[in-house]
Amino acid sequence: MEPVIQITREPLNREALLAAVAAPEVGGIVIFEGVVRNHARGKQIRYLEYDAYPEMAEQQIRRIVEEARQRWGAERVAVAHRLGRLEIGEASVIIVVATPHRAEAFEACRYIIDTLKTTVPIWKKEVSLDGEAWVEG
Amino acid sequence: MKIRVRYFAGLREIVGQDAETLTVPEGTDVAGARALLSARYSRLQPILERSLCAVNREYVPADRVLQEDDELVFIPPLGGGAA
Repeated sequence: MEPVIQITREPLNREALLAAVAAPEVGGIVIFEGVVRNHARGKQIRYLEYDAYPEMAEQQIRRIVEEARQRWGAERVAVAHRLGRLEIGEASVIIVVATPHRAEAFEACRYIIDTLKTTVPIWKKEVSLDGEAWVEG
Repeated sequence: MKIRVRYFAGLREIVGQDAETLTVPEGTDVAGARALLSARYSRLQPILERSLCAVNREYVPADRVLQEDDELVFIPPLGGGAA
């Protein structure tokens, strides 16, 4: 299937992403969901703001997913990233990988999130009680 | 020649706009455009020095020569986060 890639300001819909990768040949589905945490670097977080270079982000995610397809045969993948203001506990990113057997789904999902975090132009601003700052590294 | 510069995240906050058109001499490379922007917006300089560069949505080295109508974006370090 063509991968599902969403970069959106709307709340992420896990059920819709799961439905998108469902297929009779699937035997394992791994979901990674990144959620907003209430603390970072010793600070108490009020909320996060995500910004992206959307066209390039989508292109980079497409490339990462293609790499996962080649390396682990992960043919059914959905990736969604949210932008804008996110409150504690809300999902910022959801990655769903469905494969015939579980090992490939775990590997591919881990690869996609780790690579996304380091190469896809999406930035996070932490707004804490002390002030606000774009996070680097 | 004219190129398009777009700003995101911290860069957008410093510059105060999403994008602008920049007129540069033929043969200007990414490093040259970066120097020009650092001179125009002094607060940009430190963050530009930490940034990667993208032209037309692809990462490029700083010696990449710009062409008319290129879209240039400086990519400040990404959040990444602990695994």
